[in-house]
Amino acid sequence: MTRKQRRLTLIGGSLAVLAVAAALVLNALRDSILFFSTPTMAAEKHIQPGQRFRLGGMVREGSLVRGEQLKVKFDVTDGNSTLPVTYQGILPDLFREGQGIVSEGALDAQGVFKADTVLAKHDENYMPKNVAEELKKTGHWKDDYDRKPQKAPSVQGAAK
Amino acid sequence: MIAEAGHYALVLALVLALIQSVVPVIGARLRDPALMNVARSTALTQFAFTAVSFTALTWLHVTSDFSVTNVFENSHSLKPMIYKLTGVWGNHEGSMLLWVLILALFGALVAAFGNNLPRSLRAHVLAVQAWVGTAFYLFILATSNPFARIANPPMEGRDLNPILQDIGLAIHPPMLYLGYVGFSISFSFAVAALLEGRIDAAWARWVRPWTLTAWIFLTLGIAMGSYWAYYELGWGGWWFWDPVENASLMPWLAGTALLHSAVVMEKRDALKVWTVLLAILTFSLSLLGTFLVRSGVLTSVHTFASDPSRGVFILMILCLFIGGSLSLYAWRATTLKQGGLFAPISREGALVLNNLLLTTACATVFVGTLYPLALEVLTGDKISVGAPFFNLTFAPLFLPLMIAVPFGPLLAWKRGDIVGASQRLTAAGIVALVTMAVLWAWTKGGGAFAPLMIGIAVFVVIGAMTDIVERTQLFRAPLTTSLHRARGLPRSTWGSAFAHAGLGIALIGIVCETTWNSESIASMNPKDVVTVGGYQVRLDDVTQQQGPNYREAISHFTVMLDGKTIGILSPSKRDFATRNMSTTEAALLTRGASQVYISLGDAHADGSIAVRIYHKPMVLLIWFGPVLMAFGGLLSLTDRRLRVGAPKPAKAGKKAGALQAAE
Repeated sequence: MTRKQRRLTLIGGSLAVLAVAAALVLNALRDSILFFSTPTMAAEKHIQPGQRFRLGGMVREGSLVRGEQLKVKFDVTDGNSTLPVTYQGILPDLFREGQGIVSEGALDAQGVFKADTVLAKHDENYMPKNVAEELKKTGHWKDDYDRKPQKAPSVQGAAK
Repeated sequence: MIAEAGHYALVLALVLALIQSVVPVIGARLRDPALMNVARSTALTQFAFTAVSFTALTWLHVTSDFSVTNVFENSHSLKPMIYKLTGVWGNHEGSMLLWVLILALFGALVAAFGNNLPRSLRAHVLAVQAWVGTAFYLFILATSNPFARIANPPMEGRDLNPILQDIGLAIHPPMLYLGYVGFSISFSFAVAALLEGRIDAAWARWVRPWTLTAWIFLTLGIAMGSYWAYYELGWGGWWFWDPVENASLMPWLAGTALLHSAVVMEKRDALKVWTVLLAILTFSLSLLGTFLVRSGVLTSVHTFASDPSRGVFILMILCLFIGGSLSLYAWRATTLKQGGLFAPISREGALVLNNLLLTTACATVFVGTLYPLALEVLTGDKISVGAPFFNLTFAPLFLPLMIAVPFGPLLAWKRGDIVGASQRLTAAGIVALVTMAVLWAWTKGGGAFAPLMIGIAVFVVIGAMTDIVERTQLFRAPLTTSLHRARGLPRSTWGSAFAHAGLGIALIGIVCETTWNSESIASMNPKDVVTVGGYQVRLDDVTQQQGPNYREAISHFTVMLDGKTIGILSPSKRDFATRNMSTTEAALLTRGASQVYISLGDAHADGSIAVRIYHKPMVLLIWFGPVLMAFGGLLSLTDRRLRVGAPKPAKAGKKAGALQAAE
């Protein structure tokens, strides 16, 4: 094999691996580009039961019901439409009614969102700009959201 | 007085670093040995002064001198002594001081033990090391002075962040920094080679032990950090694909690639230009990691704006060194002579594949870490790139690498025999297939993914041993002959076998933990029993207790297996009054490589308490793997050819090459 052929094999191989990597990255990013869907968006997109997505919105006042063994039920609303959510586990400290949350899970056959993670706003994953604007438009914006997210104690920063 | 002395020592270290940056380079231009030798003495004294400065800060922390801002903000007179010591680097200023201390230490080590280096190469290496040092001394003195005083000293300090009050802080950051900063040596060697326009196999032989040392520490540092997060954060997670973690993983991936390409360069005089580029990239990624963690961009881009001086300063250092070294590379790399030829299927080819996959995997981590930041700066959108992204990109690139690992050491240099290598790996392949089938049957068809992955991991482990078995002719020659041969094998052969096996073992741990992890989150009253993973866990009682600087609620759990008590676990929740923060202290019960993990949630009004109980099968293998890798690295480091030192370049280099060819 001549030097030129060897170099071509090498460059060809590298390009192939890079192309695969680029395809993988683009494919993976396509799914996680959107931080979360509001109940209205979820209804518009006709998300199938069992398909995982992130649901974001406010916990409707007076909808929280606590059950046996840390089971909870509450409604998430964006002002226009509402989705019932069930969850089993320890809720974040900042979880309360009227508060913005983001939760991850899937719809079941009855159209109830079964969450396996619930994040409260003012956690380190706070609300993205476009949703804040959405909430302002629909009149669900509360003044305390305007506060800059508290500089989370930079635990990780200092630890690592 | 002590604070001022520490500050002054740091300024003196800066002055020495400035001298070391300039004088040796001029000396190398003028071929003046006296000027070149200046680098040696300045490197040693610079380290001494930085050590004085660091000792001063430690002393201030130990004696709780709250007239110093850094001590006031991060210490408390009641804090246990061990955390007063570790608290020195449990904050921004102190950790930067540790960073430069380690940088100066590595410079001093090159100065002290680099007597067999050509004089001009040593002068250049130490000068480049001093350029990096100068930038960081300036950074500390200008934006993060750890010795700043408070006008009216308060009586009591604000205490250290409770999560950091753990033995992990004593080990993890120094290890990680020894790794991060250790790569500065390979960087300095690479830049020095570009400045001199000359590079040969002897160069690779000098660089390899330094790279290997840094790599060992980085491996242990990352593993330690992961275990710390696992038991301290109370979630039972050990890797979150968090940007801070990625910041340490990227230099590790690039450093691993560098380690392998340096072998090709040392043995075959090939891949020179690529090795130099990798050395530059590895340290650049270390700098990037420092920037990501230290500038505050990670919490949110907004904190960047609130304290712009630090972020902008590190960003400038980053641009200067990465931009500068890459420009130098673009300009000078063509002057480096090309090395030996090899066929695509050969040991060199296998190592090129290793490099290709490692750097590409590193690139995907890079994209996943920086793309959200870039997007937030440009458009204000905040997206989360988490585990799903990395599972879809990093994992598919790492799998072919795992399968290729056992083949590498079995291929010959220059032109390898893939069929022969496959034949020798038949045994490993069969064991792997049998493992897959048995596991699949045992889990009653519960998904083919986990058995497949474990099969691949077993293939990697047995494949790593195959090389040793082949070379010692175990099972074919009499045992005494094999033992004799085993003793005669170079330590680096043993080293790579251990490191590769460690990779497979870590994969087994990862797959078992993620697939068969069982958890139960329950609200428990005393005498309640919960069953997790075959174990019955009973809550006995909850008691209150006063610690040195916290109050804690301890719960006692009895863990039973088939009605027999096998252990008592006492997880707790600690409340730190000074910071108004609480931490969860998880309790662990180790059974073989598996663990039962209990952490507490909030107590309810009715006296019940929220409890997370996990059973994590084979979880300890996740960290045992990296420890084995580091041990392999240590074995390689004691290899005779690195211990004895590099031969003189040119003439003697050829002789060494001939000897290896004869092997």
